Amino acid sequence: MGDASFLLTQFFGGLTTAMFLFLIASGLSLVFGVLRVLNFAHGSFYMLGAYLAWQGVQWLTPLLGNFWLAALMAALVVAVLGGLVERLLLRHMYGKDELYQLLLTYALVLILGDSAKAIWGTQQLSVSRPDLLDGGIQMFGSVLPIYNIFIMWAGVVIAVGGWLVLARSSAGRLVRAAALDREMLGALGANVGALYTGVFMASSFLAGLSGALVTPIESIVPGMDVEVIVEAFIVVVIGGLGSFWGTFWGSLIYGQVLSFGILILPSFSLFSVFALMAVILVVRPWGLFGKPLR
Amino acid sequence: MTPISRRVPWTLIVFLIAMIVPWLGSRYDTFLATQIAISGLFAVSLNLLLGTTGLVSFGHVAYFGIGAYVCGILMKTYAVPFSLALPAAAVGAAFASLVFGFFCVRLTRIYFAMLSLAFSQIVWAIAFKWNEVTGGDQGLPDVPYPDLDWMTSIPLFGDFGIADQFYVLTLVVVILCLAAMQRIVGSPFGRMLTTIRENPERASAIGVDVRSYQLAAFVVAGGFAGIAGALFGIFNRGVFADYVYWPKSAEVMIMTILGGIQHFWGPVVGAATLVVLNQEITSYTEYWSFVLGAILLVLLFIFPGGIVGGLSAGWAWLRRRRKDTVRAEVKSA
Repeated sequence: MGDASFLLTQFFGGLTTAMFLFLIASGLSLVFGVLRVLNFAHGSFYMLGAYLAWQGVQWLTPLLGNFWLAALMAALVVAVLGGLVERLLLRHMYGKDELYQLLLTYALVLILGDSAKAIWGTQQLSVSRPDLLDGGIQMFGSVLPIYNIFIMWAGVVIAVGGWLVLARSSAGRLVRAAALDREMLGALGANVGALYTGVFMASSFLAGLSGALVTPIESIVPGMDVEVIVEAFIVVVIGGLGSFWGTFWGSLIYGQVLSFGILILPSFSLFSVFALMAVILVVRPWGLFGKPLR
Repeated sequence: MTPISRRVPWTLIVFLIAMIVPWLGSRYDTFLATQIAISGLFAVSLNLLLGTTGLVSFGHVAYFGIGAYVCGILMKTYAVPFSLALPAAAVGAAFASLVFGFFCVRLTRIYFAMLSLAFSQIVWAIAFKWNEVTGGDQGLPDVPYPDLDWMTSIPLFGDFGIADQFYVLTLVVVILCLAAMQRIVGSPFGRMLTTIRENPERASAIGVDVRSYQLAAFVVAGGFAGIAGALFGIFNRGVFADYVYWPKSAEVMIMTILGGIQHFWGPVVGAATLVVLNQEITSYTEYWSFVLGAILLVLLFIFPGGIVGGLSAGWAWLRRRRKDTVRAEVKSA
């Protein structure tokens, strides 16, 4: 059991989980960092991304390279939906009690969850892996699916790309400024309202994209929204809500704790990540890499 | 002069009205009334945090679940009588809220909500995986009813079935708990909680130990939630890990806010509304969550004060208008 190839397999399993969760959690963290809203509906956007990708694949089957097109379209549709949600609903809740913000996003969870059930039914749906990334490669005596490697790299690309946008572009500068002091930014003449809509759309896009990308390795079922939001939530709490690199490290830690927690405490791996989250909330409520809210 | 609403013994009136149900209503009505009583107790216990103390606990369902498991395990696995299992459930839930609350009250606002949610998910993970004790994902089915045969010797209660008997028991327990909570809210301790809700900084500036008061409120609320959970486990004929999953925390929060957090009886009204609506709507459509989400949106955007808040605002508006017209008449005369 303790041999190196086995441990490496566990490690890569954890890494795949981690990069996946990073794709999802980065959007959640971004919205919290800028809008100061804990968005429960983020998981619902993820679920919609998955269902829409499945739908896209059904429609596009005769075309070549249909999976990638379907995934992109799904993410874009979810981004538009996110923009509408921010403009029409969330906008009215800024500055109100966080209880009302939490409940608003929860109302969306309920409505979107049942809408998906009404449209796509309750049976499991699945999408086959794109031909390009089918199969696996031999590595350290075990087989690693190519699609999982792709997911890992997608996570890394999003991480580096996201960091470049935030740190180097002028839009990124505005986003960082809004996270620090939105009133001052507004007073300086920036269009904070449009910025918020943009950030929320970007976050929804990431949620939709990760939902679409998960379809080849996990089946699409009702209830995946509620499940994934808890995982994403743990990741951002560990790393620090609103902190970009915190989310990255948070997902790496989460993936490895889950992956190796199974070896140490077989039936309590779930417990180990929740316990880790609680310990971090107790010791450093703003997470390992975050900064305390003023 | 105290307003009329203060002088009316609401608790007694509610008790007497609710007591008629087994005689006048059908078995279905008794079933609904039991559920309303239990949910009402749960929602009022949450409101002790939400409305009275101003703490947004997103994990209140943990203490409900702990109460349900303690009572269910004691009664089913160890055949402990209800009269001991119920207090044990309250003590167990209160103890858990003492431990978890100790850490929660150190955090403010959104972090408080998150940590309370995290703890409730820990409780869920334990309940879901600890097969030997909690039954894991299979849950703990067939929790026995308490032995209530002695009730048949009371006149008028003679022909009660076990469901009716359990309803009476539930009602007595719930009303006693509500009365106790009302006393707590009205006591100097409760007033101090409200002071802390309004302005924690000022409260601590005048020498109030804010954290200890918040922790005390958390423990009291957790204990009463545990009683509600114990009753619900028996009512539902079993305890399942689902009870502790985070959407349930949101559900009881919706109940509380739907009724109105500014009034003691608001959460009970909210619980009754939601339970009845749930039964009515699920008989038409399977999309209850959709309806609940829509109700929640209407609530947030149009009636943030909830049903009782909306009614009392309407009442105040009517009275003001009457006063205005009287004043206008006096002027014109």
